[in-house]
Amino acid sequence: MLLYALRRLIYLGPVAFGVSLLVFALVHLAPGDPISAIVPPDTPKEVVDKLKEYYGFDKPLPVQYVRWLLVTLSGDFGTSIGTGRPVSQEVGSAFGNTIILAIAACCLAFSLAIFLGTAAAYAKSRIVDRLVTSIALVGVSVPHFWLAIVLVIIFSVELGMLPPMGLGPENATGWRLDWPHIRHMILPTIALSVIPLGVMTRTVRSTIKEILSMEFVTALQAKGMNDRQILLHVLKNAAPVCLAVMGLQAGNLIGGSILIETVFSC
Amino acid sequence: MDSVLSVDRGGPAQPLLLAKNLRKHFPIPGGLLGRATRVVRAVDDLTLSVAKGETLGVVGESGCGKSTVARLLMRLIKPDRGTMILDGDPVDEPHGITVNELRRHVQMVFQDSYASLNPRLTIVETLAFAPKAHGLPHAEARGRSRDLLAKVGLEPDTFADRYPHELSGGQRQRVNIARALALRPRLVILDEAVSALDKSVEAQVLNMLVDLKDEFGLTYVFISHDLNVVQYLSDRVLVMYLGKIVEIGDVEAIYGKPQHPYTRALLSARPTMDPRRRTQEAPIQGDPPNPIDPPSGCRFRTRCPFAESVCAGTEPVLADTGKQSVACLMYVPGSGHSKAA
Amino acid sequence: MAIQSPSLDLTAGAGTGVRLTPVAITRGYWQSVARRLRRDPVTLVCGVVLLLVVASALAAPWLGLSDPYKTSMIRRLYPIGSPNFLLGTDELGRDMFSRLIYGGRLSLFMGVTPVVLALLIGGFLGITAGFLGGRVNMLIMRIMDVFYAFPSVLLAISLSGAMGAGAENTLLALTLVFIPPICRVSESVTTQVRGFDFVEAARASGAGTLTIVRVHVLGNVLGPILVYATSLISVAIILAAGLSFLGLGVKPPEPEWGLMLNTLRQAIYVNPVLAALPGVMIFITSICFNLMSDGLRAAMDVKA
Repeated sequence: MLLYALRRLIYLGPVAFGVSLLVFALVHLAPGDPISAIVPPDTPKEVVDKLKEYYGFDKPLPVQYVRWLLVTLSGDFGTSIGTGRPVSQEVGSAFGNTIILAIAACCLAFSLAIFLGTAAAYAKSRIVDRLVTSIALVGVSVPHFWLAIVLVIIFSVELGMLPPMGLGPENATGWRLDWPHIRHMILPTIALSVIPLGVMTRTVRSTIKEILSMEFVTALQAKGMNDRQILLHVLKNAAPVCLAVMGLQAGNLIGGSILIETVFSC
Repeated sequence: MDSVLSVDRGGPAQPLLLAKNLRKHFPIPGGLLGRATRVVRAVDDLTLSVAKGETLGVVGESGCGKSTVARLLMRLIKPDRGTMILDGDPVDEPHGITVNELRRHVQMVFQDSYASLNPRLTIVETLAFAPKAHGLPHAEARGRSRDLLAKVGLEPDTFADRYPHELSGGQRQRVNIARALALRPRLVILDEAVSALDKSVEAQVLNMLVDLKDEFGLTYVFISHDLNVVQYLSDRVLVMYLGKIVEIGDVEAIYGKPQHPYTRALLSARPTMDPRRRTQEAPIQGDPPNPIDPPSGCRFRTRCPFAESVCAGTEPVLADTGKQSVACLMYVPGSGHSKAA
Repeated sequence: MAIQSPSLDLTAGAGTGVRLTPVAITRGYWQSVARRLRRDPVTLVCGVVLLLVVASALAAPWLGLSDPYKTSMIRRLYPIGSPNFLLGTDELGRDMFSRLIYGGRLSLFMGVTPVVLALLIGGFLGITAGFLGGRVNMLIMRIMDVFYAFPSVLLAISLSGAMGAGAENTLLALTLVFIPPICRVSESVTTQVRGFDFVEAARASGAGTLTIVRVHVLGNVLGPILVYATSLISVAIILAAGLSFLGLGVKPPEPEWGLMLNTLRQAIYVNPVLAALPGVMIFITSICFNLMSDGLRAAMDVKA
């Protein structure tokens, strides 16, 4: 088992290398070069060349890649040539908010999904199952940035209950765990959690249904175990699949929150 | 379609198929970089010959390498070592015949009747596939397929355009047999071909196999774990244990006077209908050892009631003992085993 | 020795004096899938709705709609139900109904095309990797892993961001996003099918690799791959709209649902219902594609 884990980690090497290449390529795919973007359009060519040399943009791409990789691996993300502030600081503050939002949405979506999915898989009545599958279907089909707008329209514009935008009360700096801040997070969290809620509910429901139809469950029943003990066995068997999908969904939340944050940005 | 090879070349004395020192070890990915550090010794230095027109039965416990032998003889897997000669022609060698030519003359019936039929093709499409792949025109291939269906006892008008899921297990296995015959092979390998069928259906299919053998002049390699079925069908029997032949000989000799302790144990474990002939000999204990690291010397020694220290050091080779050949030190004079002459 | 088929005895009404009619029981796989689909009301309704959306989008220029580009400063943000403007007007006074219908052209195109392209490329790569196995499989799948390391939304946004806004770049970005998952699914079903005895039997018959793939592999893997791809269409439509919403996709003044949502955002205080309309269109098409995919999956799942 340990050997297997180690082997997977070694496989990670080439993949990580590919990822770094891709990230580097993404930056260089961008039209225009970074120097022209920050200097006035009528800057003399000699000055532009000088700047390029200073930042190393005159070197061939492979050289730039290796330099970038080495510097990045040492934990130095460099300084933004646009603002002059360290990139880590620049990205960090924005990323922090995204993470807070993503974690809140994860908690909401996953806990609700496990409950709903299990309930639907166990449901004897068709209505419960239908209801849950409908919720899940809406979850995977709804454009979440639109849902965010609809939520703002209902709760902020029409009912005036919750703030339509911003991170917290005006003039506030940074994020704190208090009611005024949480109030601002309610709508974005709900909007962000619908897609993972839908996907996870479907996954949990189908996984548990499949496990319930396995013969070992019948064997446990025949052994005289009660439903709660059996549920424990079922959940234990469903966990690996569900955790894998959760991981993918959590990753997607970070991307998805860009859209939601756009809706709630001032 | 019918190449020169279809006609008998070497005469009756030339074995139809000769396999010499066939070996197949499957690597197990392990170690840090996924390099194969250990191997499963599925088949080890196996030599056998199949005479024209005979049925060679192959028996052994599950996991002893029976199916690997079948796939090796068909060249579905490439042997690590060893040669094969089909009616005098070496296979896959510069001056011999190609693997494709071998496959025209050697065909195989698989155990799982459902998995071995493509669910998206009708029966006649499945049967016509191989002849068409060998260049037979569409109409002719279909015609031949319908004839074959009739030969295996399935009314062509009823079954030709059906799909596998619309057939019973016995019917599907008849189709599989027809498919194996579609290329007019000389040797048919039956890998547990009737094992999954109900007993009554199994009997029908076995009788049909006997009839087909006479009609088409076939030779069978019949692989099964069912000793009774092998006895009923075979002329000669080969007993395998952990990738090696332990005993081979005429069916009467093997069943009447088994010599290798493993063969004896296998046969004594067979339930008998006669209450007066209850088994006296103790059945073999436990599971076969792991083929990854087979025991040194004789591979059966860990479960053999007659095992002695000499068995761990010397690997017995097949030796003629009159009616059969046995790989056991007890039959090798001067081997050091206390029971040896 | 002929064995009677047991299914022949199951003719309805046997022994009750009712006239026996031989039932044609043999049916091809795709025929039975089509029959099951026809009996599934949900899938049928979704199909009709999608057909309506697609047909009206395609036929938009000939439907007698008002010009979706024609702005007017005086009739901005008319409410729904205004005379001559069934669904009101947008922030620049353009006819909403017309723009929603026209918007379907780009929105559907941007959602369906990447999936189709990714299906061709990813399907080819996945089936190749699955059938050949070994080093080829290793190479293809590790490359896919690189793309898989990024969450799909993030990958789409960063690709579009890097290449710049515009419909072509969005198509390219989305295609790249959908190739890895389709490739992975194709690879796993092909690996599964390759292990079946009927593929072994085909090899034993001496047929060439291409013939085996064409006759024995494709027929068995295309179904599941197709079902998976249809389930991606709804994701693609949402993602494409999302990119336009961020300003990374289609450029104004083109009518496109995601872009319309973005530009109408300023109107949520004046005319909230109007502002939400383009999202309704995205929602409807996406839910229909999802239900269709579910229906297709259910119809294709049954073995016998």
